[in-house]
Amino acid sequence: MSPIILLLLALGLGLAGWLAARARAWAFRRESPDGRLSSLPTYHAWYVALWIVIPVALFIVVWSAIAPGLVTQSVLASPAAADLPAFGFQRQTILNEARAVATGAARAVFNPQAQELVEPYRDALSRFNLIGIAVTVLIAFVGGTWAFLRLKPDFAARNRVERIVMAILLAASLVAILTTIGILASLVFETVRFFGMVSPIDFLFGTFWGPDPMSSADNPDGSRYGAIPLFWGTIFIGAIIAMIVAIPLGMMSAIYLTQYADPKVRAWVKPALEILAGVPTVVYGYFAALTIAPAIRDLALQAGVSNPSSESALAAGLVMGVMIIPFVSSMADDSIAAVPGAMRDGSLAMGATQSETIKKVMIPAALPGIVAGVMLAVSRAIGETMIVVMAASTAANLSANPLEAMTTVTVQIVAMLTGEGSFDHPATLSAFALGFVLFMVTLALNFIALRVVKRFREAYE
Amino acid sequence: MVTVVHDNIEQTEAKMSARDVSVFYGSKKAIDEVSIDIPTEYVTAFIGPSGCGKSTFLRTLNRMNDTIPSARVEGDITLDGQDIYSPKLDVVQLRARVGMVFQKPNPFPKSIYDNIAYGPKIHGLAEGKDQLDDIVEKSLKRAGLWEEVKDRLQDSGTALSGGQQQRLCIARAIAVDPEVILMDEPCSALDPIATAKIEELIAELSGRFAIVIVTHSMQQAARVSQRTAFFHLGKMVEYGRTSDIFTNPHEKRTQDYITGRYG
Ligand SMILES: Nc1ncnc2c1ncn2[C@@H]1O[C@H](COP(=O)(O)OP(=O)(O)OP(=O)(O)O)[C@@H](O)[C@H]1O
Ligand SMILES: [Mg+2]
Repeated sequence: MSPIILLLLALGLGLAGWLAARARAWAFRRESPDGRLSSLPTYHAWYVALWIVIPVALFIVVWSAIAPGLVTQSVLASPAAADLPAFGFQRQTILNEARAVATGAARAVFNPQAQELVEPYRDALSRFNLIGIAVTVLIAFVGGTWAFLRLKPDFAARNRVERIVMAILLAASLVAILTTIGILASLVFETVRFFGMVSPIDFLFGTFWGPDPMSSADNPDGSRYGAIPLFWGTIFIGAIIAMIVAIPLGMMSAIYLTQYADPKVRAWVKPALEILAGVPTVVYGYFAALTIAPAIRDLALQAGVSNPSSESALAAGLVMGVMIIPFVSSMADDSIAAVPGAMRDGSLAMGATQSETIKKVMIPAALPGIVAGVMLAVSRAIGETMIVVMAASTAANLSANPLEAMTTVTVQIVAMLTGEGSFDHPATLSAFALGFVLFMVTLALNFIALRVVKRFREAYE
Repeated sequence: MVTVVHDNIEQTEAKMSARDVSVFYGSKKAIDEVSIDIPTEYVTAFIGPSGCGKSTFLRTLNRMNDTIPSARVEGDITLDGQDIYSPKLDVVQLRARVGMVFQKPNPFPKSIYDNIAYGPKIHGLAEGKDQLDDIVEKSLKRAGLWEEVKDRLQDSGTALSGGQQQRLCIARAIAVDPEVILMDEPCSALDPIATAKIEELIAELSGRFAIVIVTHSMQQAARVSQRTAFFHLGKMVEYGRTSDIFTNPHEKRTQDYITGRYG
């Protein structure tokens, strides 16, 4: 029995409670001398229904988490399970097979040993299904009765219902926050494990990156875990090359759109830019890897560079810059548009030309917002994965030559997690440490940027 | 309907003059055939009920209406006999000669010093830092703001009080040494004390610059101006000496407005 069916059952019970409570409230209304209740009958109905559905829903969540484990336990306790292999992969396979047949997901077993377990599995499944249904009904009944008995003509059902709804809304908003905290916690946990094997000094300040997933996990060579080349590659591609492309182009397009463009042109160009922002980054990745990178290599060859890399930092950075343009442009656009028109009029009335007005009044006034936009763009660029995975290399080079192959933090996270190292090898764990650093840096950038933007908004009311 | 122009006003040479000026926003006529002479010697006040076109007309005098795409001007406006809408005239030069102060103080988000230096810099009026310093000091002194800000010229202009900001805007306007200053309700965002300071300033500046002020306050018009034009529904109804307009209006609509019967 799936949780869905339990949920439907709960909703059915809730509906029954709803109807019963409403009928009850109407009865109060008929009996009371002035025909008034302190809350409308539907609020009484909702009160009871919520008292049925919410406890049951909570139970279903818990139950669907623990029920499979309980089923397996009881199967293992059956005599047929006595001669299973003690531990490990094989035992798990047999159990899975038996379960698949018992639930009807597979037609027959491959492993004869599993056949004997099918029956115990069926028994256990149906037993726990029954328990699940019984507990659901019981909880619904207890919750519903308790709520139902509290109904009185002067019961403030509306206030209670509103409070419950508010609690639900609060819980919903907490989900995102708690998830972030959970992610951070798991990152921290794995990062701490990594730093138990490799010293943070080696990691943060070492200049050679070359983890070997095949080496012994017990005594890792800290000097192979120097992340400086990755940080440098990330900054060089995401914060330097990409921004050299994105800041001027984004600014110019924002200036054009806010100051010069005909409203008709603006009505076309602005949505077009926004669509550009919605292009999946993997598409940019193709473009970088298949078009830009070879073109740059050919150009470099013609310019006389010997043996240029086909996976240059320049290619990844250029395409990433193009990807970021709409982002910078729309932040700059918003900031320039937020500068009061009076400022512009004041400058024009002094006899300033339009370009003087833009250069000397509008942009300085919009600068905090623009800077914040650029910081957000940087934090996006350094966290961007797809383009660099496709176009940048995995070779960790510490170089200022944009034609050379370079790698970034995100590329290495992907490489380490998809590598052949086992999960508790420091090479794999280093992905978490890298992710943690990336998380902290982008968090800091976003935090500062949002504060700057907020100040900026306040400055103009 | 023709404008009633009082016949006892002395003929003085007009700094600016408008002849049959109409202004349209799209197809809507906001100003209907207004003709007026603006003398250098006097302060001219535009009064009239809200929406009658005072700001619109004021903004045609330094072509600020150019910034509104739908606005269109017909008729002739001259500055020292020169047509300001002629293609030969550079609007940048025009606005340097005809400055403007807005209803809401709008200092640039720059230092006090840079606010004043902005105009002289873009028009190349100062040869060096010393000369620029001089212009800043002189303009602030003329605007009666020097004593209050001389020790904090590098503070942001937006950190001043509303009244100080408005005087900063006036100082900014006179820093480029204009010939005409247009003021659109310069005191409507200010308290009575700040208003009194601005009015004092206008009195001091009058004579040196031709000043046109739009105001909703009859008392203010009576206090600061020597000429008054009353606008109604896009037309200029009556024009004459301020004292005459307020004591002896020829038109019933003018009388109704200044006695507070409508508007
Ligand atoms: N940018 C614009 N686009 C279209 N119509 C406008 C525009 N500005 C003003 N108008 C219209 O022109 C008319 C005159 O407006 P204007 O602002 O000149 O009046 P005003 O006398 O200054 O009023 P107030 O005393 O309220 O400032 C009004 O009917 C107004 O709606
Ligand atoms: Mg106005």
